[in-house]
Amino acid sequence: MNMHHFKLYDFDGGIHPEQNKSQSTQLPITAAKIPQKLILPIAQHIGAPGNPVVKPGDKVLKGQVIAKGEDFVSCNLHAPTSGIVGAIEDREVPHQSGMSATCIEIITDGKDTWIDHQGLDNYLESDAASLIDCIAQAGISGMGGAGFPTHVKASIPASKINTLIINAAECEPYITSDDLLMREYAMDIIKGIEILQRILLPEQCYIGIEDNKPQAIEALQIALKENLDDTHNIHVVVIPTKYPSGGEKQLIQILTGKEVPVAGIPADIGIVCQNVGTVHAIYQAVALGIPLISRITTITGDAVSSPQNYQVLLGTPVTDVLSQANAKPNKIKRLIMGGPMMGFTIASTDTPITKTSNCIIAASDQELPDPAMEQACIRCGMCTQACPAQLLPQQLYWFAKSSNLEQAQAHNISDCIECGACSYVCPSNIPLVQYYRFAKGEIKQAKSDKKSSEQAKLRFDIRNARLDRETAEKDAKRKARAEAAAKKQAAKKTAPPVTSVSGDATAEPSVDTEALKQKVLAAQTRVDKARERLAMAQEQNLETADALELGLNKQIDKLTAAQKSLEEAKS
Amino acid sequence: MNLLNISSPHATRSGNTGNVMLTVLLALIPGIITLSYFFGPGHLIQICIASATAIGCEALVLHLRKKPIGFYLKDYSALLTAVLLAISLPPYAPYWVTMVATLFAIVIAKHLYGGLGQNPFNPAMVGFALVLVSFPVEMTTSWSAPSALLENGIGVAQALEIIFSSRETIDAITMATPLDLYKNQVEIATASEIYQNPLFNGPNHEASIALGWQWVNVAFLLGGAFLLWKKIFTWHVPVSLLLSLSLLSIFIGWDSDSYVPISLHLFAGATMLGAFFIATDPVTASTTPLGKLIYGAGIGVLIYIIRTWGSYPDAVAFAVLLMNFAAPLIDQYSQPRTYGHKKAVRGLAKKD
Repeated sequence: MNMHHFKLYDFDGGIHPEQNKSQSTQLPITAAKIPQKLILPIAQHIGAPGNPVVKPGDKVLKGQVIAKGEDFVSCNLHAPTSGIVGAIEDREVPHQSGMSATCIEIITDGKDTWIDHQGLDNYLESDAASLIDCIAQAGISGMGGAGFPTHVKASIPASKINTLIINAAECEPYITSDDLLMREYAMDIIKGIEILQRILLPEQCYIGIEDNKPQAIEALQIALKENLDDTHNIHVVVIPTKYPSGGEKQLIQILTGKEVPVAGIPADIGIVCQNVGTVHAIYQAVALGIPLISRITTITGDAVSSPQNYQVLLGTPVTDVLSQANAKPNKIKRLIMGGPMMGFTIASTDTPITKTSNCIIAASDQELPDPAMEQACIRCGMCTQACPAQLLPQQLYWFAKSSNLEQAQAHNISDCIECGACSYVCPSNIPLVQYYRFAKGEIKQAKSDKKSSEQAKLRFDIRNARLDRETAEKDAKRKARAEAAAKKQAAKKTAPPVTSVSGDATAEPSVDTEALKQKVLAAQTRVDKARERLAMAQEQNLETADALELGLNKQIDKLTAAQKSLEEAKS
Repeated sequence: MNLLNISSPHATRSGNTGNVMLTVLLALIPGIITLSYFFGPGHLIQICIASATAIGCEALVLHLRKKPIGFYLKDYSALLTAVLLAISLPPYAPYWVTMVATLFAIVIAKHLYGGLGQNPFNPAMVGFALVLVSFPVEMTTSWSAPSALLENGIGVAQALEIIFSSRETIDAITMATPLDLYKNQVEIATASEIYQNPLFNGPNHEASIALGWQWVNVAFLLGGAFLLWKKIFTWHVPVSLLLSLSLLSIFIGWDSDSYVPISLHLFAGATMLGAFFIATDPVTASTTPLGKLIYGAGIGVLIYIIRTWGSYPDAVAFAVLLMNFAAPLIDQYSQPRTYGHKKAVRGLAKKD
């Protein structure tokens, strides 16, 4: 361990908010009680939601799969304890918008009966594919906040990776779940890192940890020393406490001096980043066969009498764990899931804990008072000093305020990580990040509007082309009929009626092709109409688009068949 | 339980714009005390006149604009403008000069442009420039001699009389400023001859730069250092301003027999006040790190040019105003490189 000579880099900006971490580090991690019912959103990760594989009334065992992630970027979900499946319906889920989404309810039986489970034997000798499969089966997604499916990140070809970074910075105030996890499960974490090393084959591995967690640092160092598999190349790198050092991009910059290229991912510069909690979940899944069914969550805030970290079953309603921590409901003014810088408020205490819920802050009015009145921006530039992305927050504010989306984009608003450092320092109490979210939303809307107007134009053009063709065809038919009638007239005049027998004989096949031609035209019209409907459905992002596409293909088949028989009839 | 539902960040640093302005006012106190110690109570009286005028004008305009008066007065920006203006003006200028300057600063330069944060020009300097070009006699003959050179000093009663009613006794206490004196005499005299004037070395010929003024500048420098420490502004503007002014003074004005020497440029005029309190006004300055360096350096260069070849002995106001014009353009071409980008964006996005 060459910890003493490790060269650290700094990132621009950053702030030093009051940490408020010591409140929740006084007591060890305690298991939260099994609540009467669990509410499990089928989407607790980024990507496609899992598909429920149980029905209301089914009996489930602890660790049993209840929703399967069928897409690659998706996650399995397991029953956190034994019980009976209640409703499968929309419930309020943890989300910035306070939206509802499909949840599986489990009425717990209190027996906590496990399904058969076991880890991989000799997992450090297993091949990468079976390790990744094991992680995927266990339904692990990033536990630091974003919730990206871990098996997807682990599937990046090892040849592209030279550095594995374990994010143990935990830079947001109040949150101590990773701190306590490292203090109590340091050895498991080291073993989890070894599993990732086995998969990704990095040349080096750094655990980036802020210097405000001395006990966790010591625990990790002891675990590294005690670990018998001495071939590891793992370094505990202590970094200065500064928010947001735990932002993935910032931590990479601190440890390597490199920047993740714009619109790129860390793998583009040979780096994979995993949260320390995720690493622990990997160890549990691979070594013990325990899927991701619980997590460590910090329960803190002034309205909580005994703040501490709990091991909480996923799906536990916030209210249950709050009451276990002796929260005073009347004192709660703001209930935050996550940290005070990037977390979001939840409107109801029935909201469940999910795979990404690292902290619940039950804040009192004194602790987080109502936002102060917004004053005029005096362009003091404190926001620019604080921005870790080297943006010009103040310029972005003016552009967002005047809906000047073009300039906002030119000033790289999309590179804003919404860390909130600018709002934190603003002496005029301007909610800057909210302005940026507004502008980002408007930009997204404008882009999708543009796309759908392009599609509408396409649809319009297709329709016009069809109408033109139909008119042309009608004209042609009318003309043909008129010509045929004229011919008949002429024939009647010039030829004696007896010769008409042979004339009829030659005319007969032409009637046959005429009918086929009609058929082809009708098929063509149907194809055109189907194409229009499909374009319309795609434009409105309707789910029926797939079915319509199928229908269109059938119509095209029919058209080809009709054309073929016409060709045959002609020849 | 009625839960507050708002988006992040939830934690913010306490304080508001008013705290920033008050901190700057606090940092001005050593300078104001030094000014009063060396030049009598003139500046204190001017501060009172300007402050009363500024607050009155601010309240009136806020009323006309149908804005909450108390809320906006509490940002103390009008008070700060008034104080900066008052200590820039000659201490014994007639009261109406100060009032006109303040009224113009608050009503025209600030509120007609949209109020705090919207004004492109430093209001105090706009007010100063207006009275400087409009009332040249009052503005050049109202500088007092350092009290040490006057037999009885300057009393409060005498100061009030000069400022408010009779200007008969003003000749007894006024004198040219050291920068003015040096500039006018350097064409006919050598440096050592000029330095014979007690305005530089005092009545007892102790070695110093400019009697009184040097300590005033030191006091403003200290106040500025305090604001740097409090992170009210960054080092970029004052450092680049002082650096460019110093470099020009050294390379062009190395011969003190022909040009005003660097010591006087830095410590005999309004340089430190300008560098730390005027040029750093965030509303009218450049906002990007590189932009601030360009902006500050530009002010330093203009100060030197106007002082050396222009007709005004001190030049902070015009230099700052000229660079105020350039600040928005500088900002557009000095954007920092955003994280993850190969290079910085220059200029605004092109219109389609």
